[in-house]
Amino acid sequence: MAILIDERTKVVVAGLTGSEGTFHSLRNRSYGTQVVAGVTPGKGGQDVEGIPVFDTVDDAVAETGANTSLVFVPARFAAEAIYEAADAEVDLIVCITEGIPVRDMAQVTSYLRGTSVALVGPNCPGVISPGRCNVGIIPGEICAPGRVGLVSRSGTLTYQIVHELTQRGIGQSTCVGMGGDPVHGIGFIDSLQRFEADPDTDLVVMIGEIGGDDEERAAAFIDDWMTKPVVAYIAGFTAPPGKRMGHAGAIITGSSGTAQAKAEALEAAGVNVGRTPTEVAELVQATLV
Amino acid sequence: MDLFEHQGKDLFAKHGIALAEREVATTPREAADAAERLGGHVAVKVQVQAGGRGKGGGVALVHSPEEAAAEARRMLDEGFKGTRVTRVLVERLVDIAAQYFAAISLDRSAGKYLAMVSNEGGVDIEEVARTNADAIRRLHVDAVLGLRTYQARRLVGHLPPRAREGSADLLRKMYSVLAEADATLVEVNPFVQLTDGTVMALDAKVTVDDNALFRQPDVAALKDSFPIDPVERRARDAGLQYVKLDGEVGIIGNGAGLVMSTLDVVQQAGANAANFLDVGGGARADLIATSLEVILSDPNVKSVLINIFGGITRCDLVAKGVLEAFTRVTPEVPIVVRLDGTNAEEGRRILAEAGNPHIVSAATMLEAARKAADLAHGKAA
Repeated sequence: MAILIDERTKVVVAGLTGSEGTFHSLRNRSYGTQVVAGVTPGKGGQDVEGIPVFDTVDDAVAETGANTSLVFVPARFAAEAIYEAADAEVDLIVCITEGIPVRDMAQVTSYLRGTSVALVGPNCPGVISPGRCNVGIIPGEICAPGRVGLVSRSGTLTYQIVHELTQRGIGQSTCVGMGGDPVHGIGFIDSLQRFEADPDTDLVVMIGEIGGDDEERAAAFIDDWMTKPVVAYIAGFTAPPGKRMGHAGAIITGSSGTAQAKAEALEAAGVNVGRTPTEVAELVQATLV
Repeated sequence: MDLFEHQGKDLFAKHGIALAEREVATTPREAADAAERLGGHVAVKVQVQAGGRGKGGGVALVHSPEEAAAEARRMLDEGFKGTRVTRVLVERLVDIAAQYFAAISLDRSAGKYLAMVSNEGGVDIEEVARTNADAIRRLHVDAVLGLRTYQARRLVGHLPPRAREGSADLLRKMYSVLAEADATLVEVNPFVQLTDGTVMALDAKVTVDDNALFRQPDVAALKDSFPIDPVERRARDAGLQYVKLDGEVGIIGNGAGLVMSTLDVVQQAGANAANFLDVGGGARADLIATSLEVILSDPNVKSVLINIFGGITRCDLVAKGVLEAFTRVTPEVPIVVRLDGTNAEEGRRILAEAGNPHIVSAATMLEAARKAADLAHGKAA
């Protein structure tokens, strides 16, 4: 099973012919992912290492049966690429691009609410179902197949925690990098819901950070709905208020949004919160025994 | 990017929002001249990228050019809440009949904008929200549909009848500022109705989305008007996300989440981070070298921790960047390096072969944090 992506996933890459697009799409393919098409306007008919390139997503879907779009195009064109993929009726869009204007994303998410397309990202590392399929830039070699689901707002911090799990022999069903932008697609709650329903997942790790109230909302959802254990990590305990810490998401404003408040909300919902990435892996190990 | 009030008002003016007559002054002399031209009865307002000016002594109502000069001198000399002040706004006083509040901001969890109107203005709006929630009307605005006329009418429905039409018009104009300038916040506290009935914005707080600056050249051009620490400017110009903090361990990492986590783990190891520095994805060697230069320019730094988990970023290029930095700066403090992920083995090999005595390698993030903390406190790692 796994969630969102598996052996049946067929990927069309927007921005395949760019350097990042080429590099990571080929890595996804060598991981075993069916990367069936690329899209670059004006380059239809070419190919990248045997992956055919089309002028439009519609053509790519019609010719190859692609059901998932992976977006690598620059920020100023990314919203267009998401609309195009949604109109071509793929099931899932994974947008890696960072730096997309938030107004574009507010319009995109408004539009997508009227469709059945799921969006992951933007400004995210993508999704991997280890041993089955990798869509994005998560290094496949740090993951291992297994029964822990993971969802995270951060990219490299996800790698850190996945790595700690794998080193302890704990594999993953699916890792979802939801991204750090203020307005984004699938979040904690949607991921938790899917993991709860997934027979191949026994436990969920959620990785949050300061800013916004996604973690507090997730805590309420966990309290009401989750039967599977959840282990969490929150980054930013030592971040001073009012300072922007890189991500659009990582800023504390006012009294809410602190790491402390998030950890307390999660603990009140029965979630074990690790204080370091290493402790998260230890808690997962202890919970699974 | 948080704009100064006078910059926000320039945007307001382009959208037809009524404003009091005003001039920017950068010296007491200019403030006096401006006050003279504006009729002598003026408000002198400190220009900073922060709120709370009214309570913090950042706004002075004066009645002569001499008083305006004195207040401008005080503000420019003293700064405001620890920030340097480079300019004040001198604004003609108006005859206020009533004060209100209006704001449109991004509601991230809804993925929509949130518009708010309070029938109490000119005061701390968070206090109003706590003590008199009925004073504030709020509703969500879809980013595709925009603020509809009926929504503006609903938002102002609790204001006195004679203020409603002008207030609804102000709201629609505020939304067009927000939409056209890619703002994530447009706030006016207070907006007022004058004794002659005019609805006017006496304040302007505008935050523009940094990600949208590529298509907002006029706004982007304002960024040099904000005072910034020279080290932070250097980092920003290199495309690095850098925030100066108070500790002794310099931090370089890739990805905001991992860097924040590194800060936390360093504190648990008994030390404090001297900074937040995110080199971003796909960091090249020269960017790593510039990062080290930025960090080593802080005299408080007693050790450096480089924590990289390669995804897009390739660890071999990070290692080359560290070595390149050594050709540009001579570090006097130990540098703990932890590399994992894409091409990590090659990166570790490059550093080992260089045999530089300042470089201390660490196998895990926790070990790296402990070593950096110990070295910062003069202990052998």
